[in-house]
Amino acid sequence: MRKAFALIVVLVAIGSAVPVILHWWPMAPDISADGHLIDQQMASTMVEVGSAFLLAQFLLAYFVYRSADRGTHENIRSIPGGVKLAVFVAVAFVGAELLALGMQGQRAWAIQYFSTPDPNAMTIQAQAGQFAYYFRYPGLDGKLGATHPEKINEGDQNFFGLDLEKDVAARDDVVSAELAIPVNRQIRLLLHTKDVGHSFYVPELRVQQDFVPGLDLMVHFTATKVGKYEIVCTQLCGMGHHSMRAYLRVMPQAEFDDWLKQKASEQ
Amino acid sequence: MRFKIACAATMALLVFPSGVWAGTITGKVKVDGPTPKRKVIDMSKEPACAKEYSPTDPPRMESTITGPNNALVDVVVYISAGANDEGVMPSQVVTIDQKGCRYIRHITAIHTNQKIKITNSDPAIHNVHPLAEANREWNQSQTPGAAPLDAKFAEAEFIPVKCNIHPWMHGYIAVLKTNHYSVTDGSGGFSLKDLPPGKYTVTAWHETLGTQTQQVIIGGANETKTISFTFKGKAY
Repeated sequence: MRKAFALIVVLVAIGSAVPVILHWWPMAPDISADGHLIDQQMASTMVEVGSAFLLAQFLLAYFVYRSADRGTHENIRSIPGGVKLAVFVAVAFVGAELLALGMQGQRAWAIQYFSTPDPNAMTIQAQAGQFAYYFRYPGLDGKLGATHPEKINEGDQNFFGLDLEKDVAARDDVVSAELAIPVNRQIRLLLHTKDVGHSFYVPELRVQQDFVPGLDLMVHFTATKVGKYEIVCTQLCGMGHHSMRAYLRVMPQAEFDDWLKQKASEQ
Repeated sequence: MRFKIACAATMALLVFPSGVWAGTITGKVKVDGPTPKRKVIDMSKEPACAKEYSPTDPPRMESTITGPNNALVDVVVYISAGANDEGVMPSQVVTIDQKGCRYIRHITAIHTNQKIKITNSDPAIHNVHPLAEANREWNQSQTPGAAPLDAKFAEAEFIPVKCNIHPWMHGYIAVLKTNHYSVTDGSGGFSLKDLPPGKYTVTAWHETLGTQTQQVIIGGANETKTISFTFKGKAY
């Protein structure tokens, strides 16, 4: 019976490792200039954590198997080497693992969060609200107009609360419900929420960033592959959370220029 | 004179059943000055709705719609005083449809407590949210193919209606204490019919340009009075 249990432990461990090793559910294709760093980090994490998991399960199975013939009255009452040593080894082992992953991952993190965007990066503002995203592009003046929450009027399509009457900089702002961007150009995305917490997640971009009420945050990324991708909210934001999505369209520069011109004419 | 008309009207109301009166107030609503550009509504979030429109004729915002000769569309013109038909509730049910992620019609006028049926013709989920103040505010989700929602409002007010899922969806339910109302058509025209002789206050309400009133006296039983309203436009 105990030997059978040891065998089951081994089979379950191997069975749960197979889909991961064989990539049965692969990640979405990477379309971002820095995405490979995230993928490397994910792969290293899986290797480290997966190896530790398998090792632990195999050891467990081994000890169960080895002690299968023991009588029931010979339970171990103390840890060999003492509790202190066991705790020290566990902390050192987990600590070393975390430290190694952290050191490796700092580059991916720093590229997203600590490095300043390119001087010629394109600025776009993303605004999340229950339950839709809106994106705002500065017009020809290169300036985004100021926002006034009390002027938000969805019936008038004034989702950002622009004061078109008095604020000249706001008049040429282009507002869109889809995020269109040129391929191979860095985007500096300013994140603002008008109500509760939301998030901006494009699996293919390897970018997932929360919108935090009261905080204007920034992420930057470069898309390297033309296509249409889904932007989803991954922060439960209310009843309509399931329907909160938008589309990211990565276009060649010329096509993007046409798109922006068309959008500007529709404002 | 005024007293006599009032007496005559009251007597007439008592003697004759409603509907025999043929007094009419008719006219047009115009706008003087610029109106905001009707921006294109970006429905890319809901592809099922976006594909209902041709790229050459995209859906546009409906808060200020004008017609030929500066006509102002979707103005609720109604008798705000003197109608004497408060509480006479019509039995017909008014339908508001959600189609192509818009409210059809954009402005729906009803009598207080009149029954409304809200239907969803879209293959998308909607959440109907009347932002009522005098009445109770509520919101209700409606999946594709779901049964119509029944509603009624006991207090008179202009209720903005929005969809909590599609922020561009916007409309109004005008809850009135009278059956004498008209929502201006593409030519800005309105017509208030079946009025007994009397003195009336006619109010014209527009969702962004405000409210105007006029006093109108219908002297004879078949008299037609023509009036016009002119709202001052604004560019933004």
